[in-house]
Amino acid sequence: MKPHAFDYVRATSLQDIFGVLDKHGDDAKILAGGQSLVPAMNMRLAAPRVIVDVNAIEALHGIAVVGDMLRIGAMTRYVEIAASDLVARHAPLIVRAVPFIAHAAIRNRGTFGGSLCNADPASELPACVLAERAVFNISSSTGERSVAANDFFLGTYTTALEPTEVLLSVDVPLSGPDSRYFFDEVARRQGDYAMAGLAARAEVRGGVLVDARLVFFAVSDMPLMVSATAALLEGQAPGSVDAEAICEALIQNVTPQQDLTTSSVTKEHLMKVLTRRAIAAFAREEA
Amino acid sequence: MTAPIIVTLTVNGEPVNRAVEPRLTLADFLRDELGLKGTHVGCEHGVCGACTVHLNGATVRGCLTFAVQCEGAEVETVEGGTDSGRLKDLQDEFVARNALQCGYCTPGMLLSAAELLEQNPAPSRDEIREHLSGNYCRCTGYQAIVDAIETTARKRVELER
Ligand SMILES: Cc1cc2nc3c(=O)[nH]c(=O)nc-3n(C[C@H](O)[C@H](O)[C@H](O)COP(=O)(O)OP(=O)(O)OC[C@H]3O[C@@H](n4cnc5c(N)ncnc54)[C@H](O)[C@@H]3O)c2cc1C
Ligand code: FES
Ligand code: FES
Repeated sequence: MKPHAFDYVRATSLQDIFGVLDKHGDDAKILAGGQSLVPAMNMRLAAPRVIVDVNAIEALHGIAVVGDMLRIGAMTRYVEIAASDLVARHAPLIVRAVPFIAHAAIRNRGTFGGSLCNADPASELPACVLAERAVFNISSSTGERSVAANDFFLGTYTTALEPTEVLLSVDVPLSGPDSRYFFDEVARRQGDYAMAGLAARAEVRGGVLVDARLVFFAVSDMPLMVSATAALLEGQAPGSVDAEAICEALIQNVTPQQDLTTSSVTKEHLMKVLTRRAIAAFAREEA
Repeated sequence: MTAPIIVTLTVNGEPVNRAVEPRLTLADFLRDELGLKGTHVGCEHGVCGACTVHLNGATVRGCLTFAVQCEGAEVETVEGGTDSGRLKDLQDEFVARNALQCGYCTPGMLLSAAELLEQNPAPSRDEIREHLSGNYCRCTGYQAIVDAIETTARKRVELER
């Protein structure tokens, strides 16, 4: 239960990080909040030879409006998101999700970018950024690139990041007056990973739902956007959606994967429960 | 290059300067290098909360932070909170309510409770439970711990009046 020995580099610039990653590739790991990496190291599930600590790099911190996007730095900690007026105003889905993540002491350390790069299929934030159609800003010694949330998550603990790349920040399209949000999950105890969860966003224009996005988590090897089911909400008045018909369609379209503690049948049931709650919430917010 | 790295920090108000192996966790540093055995080690993967300490005023898992990361930081443990008297009323109430049996979880419980009462001087029982959700107790069944924190909060508010 003690980590394997490693070399420690305290990076003070992005160049420092690139230097370590270019030299050591897969043998090096970025240390952000450490709330997933260090447990894995303590259990010797991970044994990186070099750790590059990025906590001191100013460029990775901070929250700001840039054009029509809210830019959230990768090293922004969960507590900072929970306390941010900017996130509350412009990306309410993310603020709603944070209290469901882990426990107070872990939220004091864990970071927005760390959660996304870790890509745990039961994590809250990957589902949120998919529902928000966020854009990932990624950098390496050879330049910068942007990746849509839809192309970032590739599987359990697997993302589009190359071993030499760093996530700088994520851009979330600003909330508008027509935006409606829903976030909820079912877990055994406060702070546990979800048995199933749902992050959703829709716009209400001319009295009807448009551009609805439903993203489930903890039901597949990555956050699961159910586009065919969400399309059925298109053009419906929020207060008169036939929730049972939507639930039926959902279960026709997807089969959740069981995990160590929860069967596929239970997850299917929870997905329906969450779908009904989302539809009710869209109607309530409209009233 | 896994050679020791010098780290300079403040622990319970005292300056500390040590060469540490990078893989040494803050919890093991406090216990084995500084002899502060009040910080307990249970699961060593972030689940139980026995290793809770304050890092720059906020609770963290001592088992998920490396000592080398604490350059320039201020760390407070249950020993510091005891010596300064900051935890005194909470400790008295834990004793009065039998909110500890074996005591393994208690330092973490006290430091988590102290953080909560700083942020929220009059928490509801649900809010107390929420804030302590990452601190496991195998003995008490939690009721007495929640009672002790609730009573401490009420007494502090009464004292303010
Ligand atoms: C008891 C417990 C309960 C938890 N419960 C939940 C929960 O309910 N929901 C949840 O979502 N999470 C939960 N977590 C995990 C927690 O949210 C972590 O904070 C998060 O998964 C990782 O963020 P971090 O900043 O700690 O990253 P780290 O652990 O430091 O890093 C995680 C991974 O991402 C990589 N990485 C980090 N930042 C970057 C970057 N900028 N660029 C490239 N790569 C990077 C690292 O190299 C590493 O591989 C829990 C953790 C614990 C210990
Ligand atoms: S020993 Fe750190 S959380 Fe259990
Ligand atoms: S008093 Fe024994 S674990 Fe809490």
